[in-house]
Amino acid sequence: MEQLRTIGRELAMGSQGGWGQSKEFLDLVKSIGEARSKAEEDRIIARELEHLKRRLADPDVPRRKMKELLLRLVYAEMLGHDASFGHIHAVKMTHDESLPLKRTGYLAVALFLDERHDLVILVVNTIQKDLRSDNYLVVCAALTAACRLIGEEAIPAVLPQVVELLAHPKEAVRKKAVMALHRFYQRSPSSVSHLISNFRKRLCDNDPGVMGATLCPLYDLVLEEPNSYKDLVVSFVNILKQVAERRLPTSYDYHQMPAPFIQIKLLKILAVLGSGDKQASGHMYTVLGDIFRKGDTASNIGNAILYECICCISSIFPNPKMLEAAAETTSKFLKSDSHNLKYMGIDALGRLIKINPDIAEEHQLAVIDCLEDPDDTLKRKTFELLYKMTKSTNVEVIVDRMIEYMINITDHHYKTEIASRCVELAEQFAPSNQWFIQTMNKVFEHAGDLVNIRVAHNLMRLIAEGFGEEDEGADSQLRSSAVDSYLRIVGEPKLPSLFLQIICWVLGEYGTADGKYSASYIIGKLCDVAEAHLTDDTVKAYAISAILKIFAFEIALGRKIDMLPECQTLVDELSASHSTDLQQRAYELQALLGLDKHAVGSVMPADASCEDIEIDRNLSFLNNYVQQALENGAAPYIPESERSGVISVGSYRSQEQQETSAHTLRFEAYEMPKPSLALATSQTSMPTPTVDLVPVPQPGYYKEDHQTSRSQASGDALSGEFGVKLRLDGVQKKWGRPTYSSSTPSSSASSQQATNGGSHSDGGGSTTSSQTRESSYGSKRQQGTEVSAEKQRLAASLFGSAAAKADRKAQTSRKTAKESSSVEKVTVTNVAPQPVKEQVIPAAAPPDLLDLGDEPVSSRTPSADPFSQLEGLLGPASATPVTSETSATSISKAPDLMAIFSDDVPTGATSGSTDPILGDVNSMSSHKGATSVSAKKGPSLQDALQKDATARQVGVTPTGNNPNLFKDLLG
Amino acid sequence: MIQAVMVISTQAKPRLLKFYNFQPPEKHQDLVRSVFQLLSARPDSVSNFVEVDSIFGPGTKMVYKHLATLYFVFVFDSSENELAMLDLVQVFVETLDRCFKNVCELDIVFNFNKSHAMRLDDNSLEGEGPRTLVNHIKQDCRSSSRVTWSPTFRSCVSSCYDDSDVLLTSHSCLAPINLMQMHTILDEMILGGQVIETSSEEIMKSVEEIARLEKQSSTTSLIPKSISERFSR
Repeated sequence: MEQLRTIGRELAMGSQGGWGQSKEFLDLVKSIGEARSKAEEDRIIARELEHLKRRLADPDVPRRKMKELLLRLVYAEMLGHDASFGHIHAVKMTHDESLPLKRTGYLAVALFLDERHDLVILVVNTIQKDLRSDNYLVVCAALTAACRLIGEEAIPAVLPQVVELLAHPKEAVRKKAVMALHRFYQRSPSSVSHLISNFRKRLCDNDPGVMGATLCPLYDLVLEEPNSYKDLVVSFVNILKQVAERRLPTSYDYHQMPAPFIQIKLLKILAVLGSGDKQASGHMYTVLGDIFRKGDTASNIGNAILYECICCISSIFPNPKMLEAAAETTSKFLKSDSHNLKYMGIDALGRLIKINPDIAEEHQLAVIDCLEDPDDTLKRKTFELLYKMTKSTNVEVIVDRMIEYMINITDHHYKTEIASRCVELAEQFAPSNQWFIQTMNKVFEHAGDLVNIRVAHNLMRLIAEGFGEEDEGADSQLRSSAVDSYLRIVGEPKLPSLFLQIICWVLGEYGTADGKYSASYIIGKLCDVAEAHLTDDTVKAYAISAILKIFAFEIALGRKIDMLPECQTLVDELSASHSTDLQQRAYELQALLGLDKHAVGSVMPADASCEDIEIDRNLSFLNNYVQQALENGAAPYIPESERSGVISVGSYRSQEQQETSAHTLRFEAYEMPKPSLALATSQTSMPTPTVDLVPVPQPGYYKEDHQTSRSQASGDALSGEFGVKLRLDGVQKKWGRPTYSSSTPSSSASSQQATNGGSHSDGGGSTTSSQTRESSYGSKRQQGTEVSAEKQRLAASLFGSAAAKADRKAQTSRKTAKESSSVEKVTVTNVAPQPVKEQVIPAAAPPDLLDLGDEPVSSRTPSADPFSQLEGLLGPASATPVTSETSATSISKAPDLMAIFSDDVPTGATSGSTDPILGDVNSMSSHKGATSVSAKKGPSLQDALQKDATARQVGVTPTGNNPNLFKDLLG
Repeated sequence: MIQAVMVISTQAKPRLLKFYNFQPPEKHQDLVRSVFQLLSARPDSVSNFVEVDSIFGPGTKMVYKHLATLYFVFVFDSSENELAMLDLVQVFVETLDRCFKNVCELDIVFNFNKSHAMRLDDNSLEGEGPRTLVNHIKQDCRSSSRVTWSPTFRSCVSSCYDDSDVLLTSHSCLAPINLMQMHTILDEMILGGQVIETSSEEIMKSVEEIARLEKQSSTTSLIPKSISERFSR
């Protein structure tokens, strides 16, 4: 403790080169350092903040003291406490005359605020003034703050000064001005686009530091459009040459390397410019060769340059000699003991194999070593490399390794990534479907909850489609092996929900297909699943649907099956479930049990998950009903987009965006405000304020011909209009977009639409070949016991250059087959009302099984309400529940089922009618809000600026919108 | 582009935070915590790079240096070279070391005597308390030449820093009282996320210049330099 005190004193004395601190601050730091717990620390800081609040508000505090108080505030905020009350004081301090205080103010402001903060507008003025200052330190401080605080809106205010500063006599200022301009470019390229030539000019600056700084913006510009900077290639090469030849002053040397950071930036720029350009690359070879020759592998920075060279060479037009040099350096990296260099080596190797895959072979063992390294970063980098060099010959080994690693990591983010990579590789290069399914099972077992749901649907589709139509035997073999493996796994605890869904689906679809397992056995298993996962509605839904399918298949085959008691309990429980989705499924199951063989067969055909379904998008089967309703005096349906007073949300949004983008600081005087009465007028008389808005339709349009126009309109709305312009959620749900993202599995998943497109004929061949390879691999494994031998083998299997081209071809054809099958074919036809039941449900649920384009991120929870979907289908046409019931009974043979829908129809109808009104009101009010805000914002900014300015000129306390703010500001 | 510079103590306390892409203050502590968790889980003698997509967004990497009781962390995206960033950390640390003359862990880091390290390796200091050890090091520091830092020595020093008194002392140079200087140094080095100066001598020069001018402006107040010069003649 004694020692501590001495040191404290020493500190207070010693560090007083203009930055003397008080004992209070030291004590604070000390007490925080000694705090035994987070709670204690929080208490100390809270007390400190109270104290600071009092002191900062005190007008008698000397200015020098203020500086320290502000720093203490910065400290408190760094420790995670809210110090927003002091932000205004920081802003105030930037106005100070004295340099130390001003700099402190700028520092604090840059740490506290960002460009969107309200107070920034007060700083902009000061920055503007300080940029003109004679003292270059003030200018530097202002530029540093400008980099941080000047947003898009304020750029025009400071731009002229910054551009002037590009010619400042002090190089430190020029450098910072270049960086500030670069920052502005990043914020808003359009506002500085006319000044880009300045960067080129600064490249010729006398000071190498300024030139080096200019490379930063040029790199960004080159990245954006390399072609317009090709003329600079020679200049860049010349600069690089001069730097490498030590023409720069020695003060730019770092660890005996001449200006390494400049070299690295230049190499990065050249890599972009030379990419795919033989002529430009031709200029670079000599200098690159020189750098390689002079390369210093002993120092860290020397290696950094060499690495950058390799990157450059792998990016520009390839040159054999250069590649050789790069490969040599890469092998040096890989052989190094330093983990850092190994990491760089792996990365470099990943770049080089893109040009010449054979390079990897030489380093097999080094790569394997990295794979087994305790360093996680290195391991991940190596997996990235393996991912890049995966071929159909080594996919099995690599994916196995990846899965093995994936099982052991806890970092969710990376686990997700590596799982998706496994899936990607497996989908792309799988030697056989069998292997694919096994691999997928492993991935799902260990990372099921992290995998994109799309992958699960892919797997289900693959099992359903099999190899193609020609080889039914192999298909059923595949399926039964899948069923076998799932029956083994299903009992295990803690399976991810997604995996259970797949299991249930496959068991329901194919569990009884080969006759190996009895229906009651499978049903028993499915009941177990449902019972074991009481909280997971999606799994329960999958399970009950699977049970339904099995019952259906059994009934269709004419077999009599007994209801297992546990199954009965499950059904009973679900029919009383809180989830309407589960209820529906349970009722469907019960209804199905009451149907005869023939009906069940047509409702739920066996193995039909790949069949096309036809969707009658026009709902033409309801035409009669609609017409009847119209004749009875019902109002015709008006598509939402054509209703008067409705502002299309889409166009409204774009308008709003335009407004905000056009909303920049205006430095000229504002016009007199116009009376904004129009906005306040009622909804009916609201004028259409902008051109973007949807024009009010002619009322005559509807009167012309009721029947045709109405049906047409509704048809339009169904097929094309909705989802494009209307953004109202309710509507979307009601009408069911063609790509529905809900995961609600439904009994009708079997009536899935898919084309077994493409030829899978090569599938059989590839399996056999992979099997032989597998067996040979296995036999090899038995032989070796030594570790090194094992590594060798691993290497051989990873790098084995026997790239079977046939396999490649096979997998490409697989791929195309997949793609073609993933394309959703929706045929719009007028179907007779007979299969209504089938149509109703599939439209709601199943497409996600196929829909690859969709991103079903949020769809893990059953987004459920199938009723609303059903309403959507029935709602517009049916005005009363009675009629809908009649239509239902006339259509389907399951009155129970339809009765459920019809119960809900009234709500559907009412919500349908209220929605548009709500929509109107919403859009109205939001529009009003937006305009009033934008109207307010402009003048208030202007006000603030003006008031601030006048206040400082005259020294009067302004009274206005925000008196407190200014009171604070002016003391 | 460099996205953040952090100095975090091995006790998870932030010593310096600077973000070049604005991060709301309420997020700072989360970032510090997650970075610290990552770092503390990493064994010694592995690479200094970590991919931090999960914390700072896709494509971001982090370079760190563990010196005694501090982690120096630079976060950056794919447009920077990892090894070069590692050297930038070095530049920063060197500059700090030059800037602060007080006895602190950085002195220990850079100035320890080779023979001292040998002695530590021989365990000849076993039995002496950490305080004595630090005194030893301090003595050696003053007269020693600069040598590089060995991991074995580092672990020795960090083990003896368990004593909280010593810990506080050891942070004197990075203690918050010096926040202003640290930020000044960093501002001279990195501007708007781009490296602008990489020579610690140059940085020192400009920092000293700033200090000198600031002192001047506070003493000579408003009288312009030319006039005061004339008077002195």
